[in-house]
This record gives sequence, structure tokens and C-alpha cells, in this order.
Amino acid sequence: MKPSQSESGGALSREQKLELYYFMRLTRSLEERLVNLYRQTKVVGGLFRSLGQEADAVGSAYALDRSKGDVLSPLIRNLGSMLVQGAKPNEIIKQYMAKGDSPTRGRELNIHYGDLVRGFIGQISHLGDMVPVMAGVTLSFKMRKENRVGLVYVGDGATSTGAFHEGINFAAVQRCPLVVIVENNGYAYSTPLSKQTAAKQLVDKAIGYGIAGEQADGNDVIATYEVTKRAVDRARGRRCNTYRAHHLPPERPRRARQSIVRAGRRDRAVGGGERPDRPLSQGTCERRIRKH
Amino acid sequence: MSEVTYLEAIRQALFEEMDRDENVFCLGEDIGAYGGAFKVTDGLMAKYGERRVIDTPISEAAIIGAAAGAAHMGMRPVCEMQFIDFISTGYDMLTNYVATARYRAMLPCPMVVRGPSGGYVRGGPFHSQNPEAAFLHTPGLKIVYPATASDAKGLLKAAIRDDDCVLYFEHKYLYRRIKEELPTGDHVTPIGKARIAREGKDVSIITYAATVWKALEAAEQLEKEDGLSVEVVDLRTLLPMDDEAIVATVKKTNRVLIVHEDTRTGGVAGEITARINESAFEWLDAPILRVTAADVPLPYSPPLEDYVLPQTSDIVVALRKLAAY
Repeated sequence: MKPSQSESGGALSREQKLELYYFMRLTRSLEERLVNLYRQTKVVGGLFRSLGQEADAVGSAYALDRSKGDVLSPLIRNLGSMLVQGAKPNEIIKQYMAKGDSPTRGRELNIHYGDLVRGFIGQISHLGDMVPVMAGVTLSFKMRKENRVGLVYVGDGATSTGAFHEGINFAAVQRCPLVVIVENNGYAYSTPLSKQTAAKQLVDKAIGYGIAGEQADGNDVIATYEVTKRAVDRARGRRCNTYRAHHLPPERPRRARQSIVRAGRRDRAVGGGERPDRPLSQGTCERRIRKH
Repeated sequence: MSEVTYLEAIRQALFEEMDRDENVFCLGEDIGAYGGAFKVTDGLMAKYGERRVIDTPISEAAIIGAAAGAAHMGMRPVCEMQFIDFISTGYDMLTNYVATARYRAMLPCPMVVRGPSGGYVRGGPFHSQNPEAAFLHTPGLKIVYPATASDAKGLLKAAIRDDDCVLYFEHKYLYRRIKEELPTGDHVTPIGKARIAREGKDVSIITYAATVWKALEAAEQLEKEDGLSVEVVDLRTLLPMDDEAIVATVKKTNRVLIVHEDTRTGGVAGEITARINESAFEWLDAPILRVTAADVPLPYSPPLEDYVLPQTSDIVVALRKLAAY
């Protein structure tokens, strides 16, 4: 299945496209600020950026309808989706700085927090676990006949987990109004997709669950919005839950790859070692393995 | 009023709570159309429909995870593990997601996970387990394990009404073997409170679930044969444990035997012993003893199972040892 490119983007107004840009830019700027704070040791633990993936999180979240009470469940590289749902930068910074008045009162780290009123739910670190939880959230929508949709993110690696499998299967057979976004950036930490699955493409897994599946270029915010909007409308129409694989090609434009590699080298010089964590490009990955 | 079995008491609680609160719903394998492997949920689907009695795929992680999600939205799911032995396939969701939700996210999970537990039924290693120890040390969960029909009803009602996740272990050996006249009205047993099953002065047995009955048998025997007065404390709730009741019985008799059907190493008896050591050491006239299952997977063949699991005779031997110390 060819990834769908944006057509005219005609459904979105100029204001909406500016908003999409705003959220992507905010994600990038906020994470850059967090990097600075990290280097000043004001952010403790680790920093998990969504560098290069901002469009995917923002475009897909934008397709939900907050006024209807739609809920999403972000993962660690979906900061953009939380911002779209109304998360505030100062909350994120307080979380990362472990402040006593952070949304989790210093009990949980980075973007692991939620607010059901605004429509996002805090993740836990175990990948795949949010899929069954969102299956249950959307099951309650169905049971109460509410016109709401849920959306849950997983990465390419999380599609291998048992929780992912059980959650999607449960949601599919119970016909929950759930959209599952699989963000494929080619790597689960350092594990390439070729070591993660024998499937030719991740969207093929949808057939096995008996659900609709579609693929899009995750770096194209308009295409991402459009394909997610189709899925959200479909879920709201109660036809099925749907599965969206957003393909972030490992063959990134040369310039982008170089900038990631450069940043990686710089961090090692500072003694960052494994941190800050970010999706690794092929070049950075190989370099680290050779070092050991 | 007629007598009602332990199993029927559980059914009564389910029906009454489904009636009382439309947010209560049940999910599990074969609970709907089939009525459940032990017929605990028989008739629920006919009365409340498919929407509130959900036949799930074989997916304990999804059952528990989905229950948590629905609970966040204000529903009150009652999950069934077909045999509690299968709760281990949901261990991740239970301990990492559900148990931590209130602490890290201020997200309550008002849900119940219930299932037939325990042995003495020739069920072999995977249909006879008592998993309480695995969850005892997980902060954020509650665990109850009734020994009587009236507590089976009262504790299930309390568990469903509790705003946190309660693991409700029901003993399959007791399902049809014990009967009781149940209290009338809306009978709810408080979580966190033990019960004195038998008053005594000389030795205390602290126990729960099926071994409560073996403890009572041993107590009868010792009274008749040795003139010993044995107190039997039925914990009923394992988490949060009734520390007051434990200390009270230690102060009363000064000699404690802990009995549980679960295996020895890392079992609940060790935790109780540590607590008594911390809060009532001076009151002890003898070391705390324990009678438990041997540290092996539970075998199937009757003489093997009988050897591994605690029997009344094991309790009698331990009591005599304690009394003579």
C-alpha cells in the first residue's frame, strides 16, 4: 500500500494550518529548552525528544474533536499530541524538573501525566500497555453511547508486545471507537524494524485483527491529519476501530540525518553517553556499537 | 431463611450490585452465554444483556487493562479470571498500570478482579494456585479472601463499591461445600477487618480462606483431647492487613501459629511474622510457627496433593509443639 501523500490539504483552513505549524514549532522549541535545562542538570533523569517526529504527533492529534470529549494516550515521543490537547509547556517543564507542583507532584517523570478533562491520559513505561487501557476507555464510550473517540499511539517496537496484541484484538472484537497510530521511525531504541517483525509493512497487521488499516507519511503533517481524520470519523461512525501506520522513512533527507549524527557526537563529548535519548539514525547507531 | 452456599453468596452479591449501580459490569472468559466455568455468573447475561456481561477473548492483560480504562471513566468493572492461576498473565497490567494509577496519575481504578483460587480439588499446578503473595508487596492494590459464605457476599459487595482495585480471591473448594444463613438486607463486610472465627485463650491461629476450616477442626480436636483453648483469627483481608486484630490476639494468647495454603517461602506468613516481631515481640512466649504448603508446584495425584497442602493433622502437630514450648 503506497503511503498517502497530502492531496490539496483543502479541508483545512489557513488558520488551521497555522495552528498545526504552531504546535509543531512549540514542540520543537519546548524540547530545545528542555535540552538546555538538561545540560544545566536542572532536568534530571533522561530527556526523550520527538526530534523529527513532531508532524506525526501534531497532525494526528489535531484530527480529534476536543469539544466532543475525544481522548488520546500519548507515548514518550508524542509531546506534540499533548500540546494539541491542551497540555501547557510549564506543566511539561515542571514534570521534567521534578517540581513538587508538577501535575504528578514529582511522582512521575517527563510527560507521563494526564488530564481526562482536557483529553489525554498519562502513559506508563511498559510499551503496549496503553492499548488495552484505551480499549477500555473507548469501551465505556460505546457502553454509554457517547459520541467520543479514543486514539492511542504506539511505536514500531511496541507492535511486538503482547499488550498491544491483546488490546487491539479486544478493541476490534468489541468494536470500540479506537484509532491506533503506529509511528514507525525505523528503530525501537537501537533495534531496527528488520529485527522487530517479519511483516513486510506494519499496516499489514491490521488485516489480522479484522480492522481497517491505512498508511501515511508521518513527516507530512497534512497527510497525517487527513488519514487520521478519516480514521476518527470512521470510529465515530461506529464502523470499526482502525489502525494507522505512520511511516517515518529511515531514509531521511541527508541533512536531517547529519544533524542527528552531529548532535549525537556532541552529546558524547559532554559525557551524555546514552542521554539525552532520541530516535537514532543509522549512522549514530553503528558508531556506538563500534565504540564498545 | 434458608442456607446458601459460598458460590450462591457470590452470585447474590453480583446480581445485587448489578441491580444497584448501572455502572457495574462484568467481563471475562465464558461468563456470559455459558454462565461461567463454575456457573458463578449464570443468568447474569439473560438479565443484564451483552452490554454489561461481556464474553472476552482469552486476554487477561486486555481484560485487566480495559477494566482500568473503563474504571477511569467512572464505570465499575468486575473482571473474572477463569481460574485465578491465569492472573499471572495480567501481572504487568495489574502491578505496573492499575496499582500505580492513583499514586502517579491521581486516576482511580474502581475495579474488581475475582477468580476461583486454591486447591484440595485435584486440579494440578495450574488450577489450584493461591497468588496473594505475588500481589501483597504491590503498593496500591487491595486483596480480600473470604472463608465464609456471608463474607463471600459481604466482601464482594465491598470490593465492587471500593474506589480502588480489589483482588477478590474466592476458594473453589469452598464453593459448594459450605453453607450459611446469610444476613438480610444490604450486607457489606468492611475491607481491612479480620474476624474471630473461634475465641480462645491458649494459642492463636492466624489464617484465611480454606485453611480457616482446617484450623477450626484442629481447634476442636485440641480442645477435646488436650483441653487446649485455641483462638482462630480469620484475616479475610490480606491487604490492608488488620494489624490491630493480629496484635490483639498475640497479646491474648502469646503463642501464634500462622496457617496458609500458599507455599512457604515468601508467603504471607513471613510478612505477618515480621509485623508481630515489630509490634508485639515482648508478648510472645514462643517463636511464631507456620504451617503452609511445601515449596513445590502443586502436584495432581491425590496422595501427592494431600502431602503438599496443609492438613488438619499438620495444624494439630504444630499447635501441640507451640503449646508445649
